Amino acid sequence: MEIPDGPTFKSSRSRDAITFELAGRWTIGASAALEDGARAVFAEASKVRRAVLDLGAVAALDTAGAWLIDKTRRELAAAGVEARLERVRPEYGILLEEAHYRQFEAPSGKRRLYAAVLLADIGESVVSFGKDVLAGVSFLGEVVASLLGTIIAPLRFRAISLVFHIEQIGFRSVPIIGLINFLVGCIVAQQGIFQLQRFGASTFAVDLIGILVLRELGVLLTSIMIAGRSGSAVTAEIGSMKMREEIDALKVMGLRPVEVLIVPRILALVISLPLLTFIADMAALFGGLLVAWGYGGINPAAFMARLQSAIGENTFLVGIIKAPFMALVIGIIASMEGLAVAGSAESLGRRVTASVVKSIFMVIVLDGFFAVFFAGIRY
Amino acid sequence: MHEASAATAPGRGGRDLAISVRDLVVGFGDTLVVRGLDLDVYRGEVLGFVGGSGTGKSVLTRTILGLERKRSGRIEVFGEDLDKASAADHARIERRMGVMFQQGALFSNLTVKQNIQVPMREHLRLSPRFADELAMLKLALVGLDLDAADKLPAQLSGGMIKRAALARALALDPELVFLDEPTSGLDPIGAADFDELIATLQKTLGLTVFMVTHDLDSIYAICDRVAALAEGKVIAAGPISTLLASDHPWVHAYFHGTRARRFQDVQ
Ligand SMILES: Nc1ncnc2c1ncn2[C@@H]1O[C@H](COP(=O)(O)OP(=O)(O)O)[C@@H](O)[C@H]1O
Ligand SMILES: [Mg+2]
Repeated sequence: MEIPDGPTFKSSRSRDAITFELAGRWTIGASAALEDGARAVFAEASKVRRAVLDLGAVAALDTAGAWLIDKTRRELAAAGVEARLERVRPEYGILLEEAHYRQFEAPSGKRRLYAAVLLADIGESVVSFGKDVLAGVSFLGEVVASLLGTIIAPLRFRAISLVFHIEQIGFRSVPIIGLINFLVGCIVAQQGIFQLQRFGASTFAVDLIGILVLRELGVLLTSIMIAGRSGSAVTAEIGSMKMREEIDALKVMGLRPVEVLIVPRILALVISLPLLTFIADMAALFGGLLVAWGYGGINPAAFMARLQSAIGENTFLVGIIKAPFMALVIGIIASMEGLAVAGSAESLGRRVTASVVKSIFMVIVLDGFFAVFFAGIRY
Repeated sequence: MHEASAATAPGRGGRDLAISVRDLVVGFGDTLVVRGLDLDVYRGEVLGFVGGSGTGKSVLTRTILGLERKRSGRIEVFGEDLDKASAADHARIERRMGVMFQQGALFSNLTVKQNIQVPMREHLRLSPRFADELAMLKLALVGLDLDAADKLPAQLSGGMIKRAALARALALDPELVFLDEPTSGLDPIGAADFDELIATLQKTLGLTVFMVTHDLDSIYAICDRVAALAEGKVIAAGPISTLLASDHPWVHAYFHGTRARRFQDVQ
């Protein structure tokens, strides 16, 4: 079946009446020609008193064609033209009946001022941020209560689950965390030496590496990596369970989702992150040592001696102390986003993205607070 | 779509064939799902396609649609051999077919109306107003509330998703419609409504319907012919009376089981 002829019509006029002999294929395949045909019929017919649409020669008709023909007839009637269909085949008759013209109310396109929308959006996001923080705190309370519950009744504690998640979150992250921090240690050392050389102070690069890595970079990079790698996984796991009503299934079986799913994950994060931070610190210092040796001509013994005088126990502890708090923030945000997943797969995708973005943001904000705090107590 | 004259691929008894499958073999890895299958679908009929779960009904449908590769065999749609058809021919044939997937497959980031308009936008040049009117008309035809037009698929119930998917399948007024388990997951009343809807559309639009189904109600209510799939072949095909008379164990169990018994009185 080719599409040889689009919709056509011939008109013949007699005093105040006009007869249109429609022919060809009045189907949607004709695309724009279909609308043009109907428009042309209307334009010509609206000038007379009576119009006859003769469908005898129509080769094919579908809902789109039937709709337009019926619409034309009714619009002519509304314009005071007496319009009639003639020689309608029975099957076309059914089609014209099924696809009869009716007015669909136009969708209400409420337009608002762009600036107003923008301001409203900003306001909304501030309010929703405030709500997020509140919800986060109350969720934290729930987690802590749940945790205390397991301390009182240790049988309820899910040790196997905890070990499993420590493996997933902690152990399996070791290679990537080690590698990234090693590379960052190398880069910091190279830049430090290169910039400080000009003042003849290249050995101070060791101080730079030690303090920067131990206090800030190690824990920050590890937290960001874990937010991306494990936070997203937690959101996806919990979210897909939420989506398939598995969480509801847990609830009706009398299990508490927070206790079963979330406490083990958050606990695993809190245990893993300090350990990973330690590995990150060592990897970065090792990278720095290698570059200082190869690029800056500082041999390992000199590097170690310099490092010992540059840093103290507190330098190392500042980094490590931050780690469990970072873990808590990542875990809370990831779990909350997971539980907020609704129905669709695309909601899951959005939540995973939101989880990663929010965790990284909060990790950096928290790091800022810690910097102020430690400076305040001169630690 | 009604044709004043359409003379392509006359089948047995002089009836036109919409689909003709011969010796089809489809497999994944070293398991063959379809093994030498023959099937005819006549123009203007509703063919019910039955078979146990996992026997390859969806795979056959997907192969006819060109979504799955066949190992060997011949598939003709509207009398044209799909292997010999050029890309342009394929596009032309595809425009004459509508598909409703088992899970609906509505695009989740588009509203129902936009979903229906996707094929229109892709293949046609229509004024926005006409495209809107057509989309709403399709919604009205499948019996969906017009409020649903601006909703996202996630906001619809299972039955509404099926209807919206059917509306999208009908967007270009196809001649041949594939329905993969259209009534599964619907309540009996919803399923009966859906059957009625398909029957009405088939009568008014002159559709050819290829319907994969498990639903005995649908089969008795609207199918002109039924084909049964087992062991990778069509083991029986014809009006329901033919299948009732079949002595293949699966077909017998299906049409004479406890669930089928209530239809016996009707016969
Ligand atoms: N992409 C695929 N890869 C491997 N096996 C498949 C694939 N799709 C389907 N199958 C197999 O083909 C068989 C038929 O599946 P399907 O056609 O979906 O069954 P149904 O008749 O219930 O629709 C099943 O055994 C299924 O495991
Ligand atoms: Mg299937």
